[in-house]
Order: sequence, then C-alpha cells, then structure tokens
Amino acid sequence: MTAGTSVDQEARPGKIEARPVRHPWRYVGVVIIALLVAMIISSLVTNERWDLPFALRVMNYKPIIQGLIQGTIIGTVGAMIIGIVGGILLAMMRLSENPVLRGVAFLYTWFFRAIPRLVLLAMLGTGVGYLYPKLDFGLPFSQQITSAFGMSNDLTFYQLDVNSISNGIIIGILGLGLSEAAYMAEIARAGIQSVDRGQSEAAQALGMSNGKAMRRVILPQAMRVIVPPTGNETIAMVKDTSLLSIVPVTAELWYQITVVGSRTLKIMPTYVAGFAWYLVVCTILMIGQYFLERRFGRGFGTTAPGRTRMLGLGSREGGA
Amino acid sequence: MTDTTTTADTRAVSDVPLVRALNVSKAFYGNEVLKGIDLDVREGEVVCLLGPSGSGKTTFLRCINQLETIDGGRIWIDGDLMGYDDRNGQLHRLHDKRIAAQRRDIGMVFQRFNLFPHMTALQNVMEGPVQVKGQGKGESRAAALELLERVGLQEHCAHFPAQLSGGQQQRVAIARALAMKPKLMLFDEPTSALDPELVGEVLAVMRELAQDGMTMIVVTHEMSFARQVADRVVFMDAGVVVESGPPAEVINRPQHERTRAFLSRLHAEEEHRREAIEDPLHGNDH
Repeated sequence: MTAGTSVDQEARPGKIEARPVRHPWRYVGVVIIALLVAMIISSLVTNERWDLPFALRVMNYKPIIQGLIQGTIIGTVGAMIIGIVGGILLAMMRLSENPVLRGVAFLYTWFFRAIPRLVLLAMLGTGVGYLYPKLDFGLPFSQQITSAFGMSNDLTFYQLDVNSISNGIIIGILGLGLSEAAYMAEIARAGIQSVDRGQSEAAQALGMSNGKAMRRVILPQAMRVIVPPTGNETIAMVKDTSLLSIVPVTAELWYQITVVGSRTLKIMPTYVAGFAWYLVVCTILMIGQYFLERRFGRGFGTTAPGRTRMLGLGSREGGA
Repeated sequence: MTDTTTTADTRAVSDVPLVRALNVSKAFYGNEVLKGIDLDVREGEVVCLLGPSGSGKTTFLRCINQLETIDGGRIWIDGDLMGYDDRNGQLHRLHDKRIAAQRRDIGMVFQRFNLFPHMTALQNVMEGPVQVKGQGKGESRAAALELLERVGLQEHCAHFPAQLSGGQQQRVAIARALAMKPKLMLFDEPTSALDPELVGEVLAVMRELAQDGMTMIVVTHEMSFARQVADRVVFMDAGVVVESGPPAEVINRPQHERTRAFLSRLHAEEEHRREAIEDPLHGNDH
C-alpha cells in the first residue's frame, strides 16, 4: 500500500507475455510412442499371418453378424435390463425398514456374487433341463399333497417344458441378468445413499409417501452416481456374453468365431475379427454413456460439460 | 395484522387451538433433548421459538411434522392426533401412508432449503400439488407461477436451484411449501444459512405471509423479526420452555435468568459483529 501507489503511469506493468514452462520429455515420449505404433502397423501389414483382409471378410460373414446381434447385443440388453431393474429393487429392499426384505436382499447379493459367471452359466445350461425338465405352476407342494390324498387333479395351473428353452439364449440372459443384479444392487445402494437426507425430508414434508419420494426425488438424483458405474457394467457385460457359449448358445459372436476359426484354420485372423467387433460395440456404448451422464447431471453445475470430458482430458467442471 | 390477531383471539375462547403439544419428550440414544414441552398455537398466530443451540427448538419443530417420532406426550394439529390412532386409550401407530397424509397440511421450510436440485424452480413448486394432491398440471402451473410471483421470483421459474442465490432458493422453498395450501407453516432457522445481505428478502416474504394470517412457528435467531412479527415468543433452554409471552415482554423484560443470559449474549455478539465491521483494522498495528 505504500510503495506501489506512487509509481507513475508509464511504468505500470502491461499484459503478461511470458514464455511457458518447457516439457522436453514430452517430445521424447511422443517420438517413442510414434515409433512403437509404426512398428506395430508395419508388422500388421507385412506379416501375412495377420491376414487382415481375411479378418475383415470374417467380420462381414453372415453367421458372425447374426451371432453379434442375437447373442452379444440382445444378450447384453436383456441381461442388463434384468440386472438394472433387479439391482435397484434389491437396493431398495436392502435399505428398507422391513427386516425380511433386508435379509432377502442380503442373501441374494451374497449368493450371486460368490458364483463365477462361467460356473453359473454352465450349471444353468446343463442343470436346469436335467433337474427340472418340466416346470409346474400351481400351489406349493401340490404334487406331494395330491399323491398323499390320492386325488386325481394335481392342482397344476400351467406347465412349462423347460427343455424347449434351456438351450436357448433365454437361460443365458437369465443367468447373466441374475448375476448382474447382485452387482447392480451394490451400485444402486451407493447411489441412493449418496443423496442428501434433507431431500427425503423435504419430500416427506410435502406429504409424499416413501415410494413416491424414492421415485420422484431420490432415484433421479441417485442416477447421477449410478450411471457411470452402470456404463462400466454394461461394457463388461458385452464381453461377458462370450461366456454364453458354455450354456451353450450357438448364435453368439465368440462361439461363431471359434467355429469359423477351426473350420478355416486361420485362427488368429478370425480372433482379430471377433476382437474388432467387441471394440466397435464398446466404443458405441461409451459414447452413449457420455450423453446419459449429461442427462442425469441436470441441475448440478451451471454449465454443460465440454467436449474434452468425453475423451477424459481436461478437468471436470465443479459440481453443485 | 391487528385484524388477524383479534379473530385469533376470539376463536381461542371456544375453539381448540390449531396446534396443541402436551408434555412432548424426545431422547436421542438416551440423551434427553425435549423434557415435557407444552405449546398451544392458535389459528393465525405467529410464534417464534428462541433459545441457545442445543436447546431442542429444531427438534421440537421436526416433531410437529413427524420428521422425528416423539417418545412421550401428544401433539394434535387441528384436533388430529399426530402419528397415532387412539382406540379407547390404547395408541396404535399409524401406517406410513396416513402419516404422509397428516403432513400434507403442514408446510416446512428448512435451514438448508432442500430444494430438489434436478427440477427447475417452477417444477419444485408444482411437485407437491401434482404428485401428492393429484392436481392437473395446467392448474398447478398457474398456481405455482402465482406463488413464485408472490415471492418475487417469477422470472426465475425456469432456473435450477444451483443457478439461484441462497435467498432466492429459500424463497422458492417457501413457495413450494405454500403450494400445498397448508394450515400451518414451520420455519427451521430459515435465514441461518444465508449471507447477511440475503436475510432481508426472506424475512420480508415471511412477514408478508404473517400479515396474510398464516399460522407460523418459526425457529430463529433474528430478534428484530421476532420483535416485530411474532404474536408470541417462546424461550427454550435444555429441552424445556423457560418462558413465553408477547415479544415486548420476553425480549425486553425477561423474567428468568437463563433468558436474560441468552439475550445479553446474543446482544453482545451483535455488538461485536457491528464493531468488527465498523473497524476492520481493529487490533492491527500500523
């Protein structure tokens, strides 16, 4: 306050035009990476065992595309629908005041998180049709009751032939979905618990029932926390559909890839074709996740996130 | 103001008070926060709850709205026993749905606003009538716009809470509570989370509400508001009502030592703050 004020007008410092800090090692890094990439590309082109033109042909081969759509994509969508709906229900059960619901949700999560997906799918694929070839819908223990009393009608309302579906994608979707629900339950629980207590109190003060407060106030805000890990789970699920071949599901990308590979004896190029399809599907999902996150981020932070965030570069803009 | 007071006075002779709390007690994990609170509030009356922090005034306010369950005593609102069904002397806990229905007639304004951040100001105000009362959207929108105009925020109806100042958010929160057409409004330190220059706009809205005859229970540290707007001031300390009466008596001529100590401490703090503002370099050596 004493020295600076008396400096006369001409000596006042102007616009800053300073030299930035130099980062020479970054250039070295770029050169090394460029060299490595060039080596990989050159090997892909010159090493004819890669046979990329053949891989491209396999990618467009009809059974491969059928497997991609019927197994990988439909499998992912089906399993994630079961997983997300089931997971949110389980999370709400886990956080409810009802001790029965809490216990059931805990046991479910414990059980399905402990089973490897490959093992679960193998057991469902062979076990269900073997142990329960017919599924009866009726009163509990109706067969035992009717045989004990010698009644003719076995009190069954509807009978389902399990073997007619057990080889299909339905068993696979069910297996993956049940397993996913256990993981989604934990994600949804974290999301619901992240919402400030004041929000449910404000909803209650308006006279909302607990269910309505959950649907209208808590879940929409929890989604902001739930969406990113759910995107992660969906991408993981795309890759886990390759486990469906153990059920077995034949109309499935990885199963078809192995079939084509062993038939043509060009195994490596065929694997590359399969890998390329997984890469394409996952890339599309990551773009979708970006837009979903933007939708559920409404009301948090006043500006829309910039394009840089999609690539994971730059700093995140501050929340509310 | 005088009109509403006189009607309230004449009603009190024959009618049951709008709020009647008898011997309300509440403990958190063995720590007694409320030790037998009695309070009657007549229709149209404005009651300010004063007291040091930890005296139980916020807890008592939350008990009225059943955000906390009480351990003992009874609370009636408009003759309705809150939270329980009295069947020949045996109390039966009400189902959650009926408790939710009892809350509809009571508006609540929180210290930290608690607006729904994923909804615009207008959607916040419409939420109660549409979702709880099942009113039509068009009707609710018109009513909500009217309420936002009343709190001076009609141009901000499309803003999200994060885009509003604290004072604006609190005014939206008041409009949201009013949208349910409550019989009673509860204010839990509505200006404590606000910057000093934003306190006035919220108090102005509350003052207008009081003038329109709304029954209000206000937990506050704003002495000038209590003095000017309240019909009655209730001083609480350590879970009991120490004294209550017209603001002129309780604030200017407190009968109890504890009230006097609290008021003088509050006064000293205000003085200290004023001195600090007037002389920012106080204590600095040049």
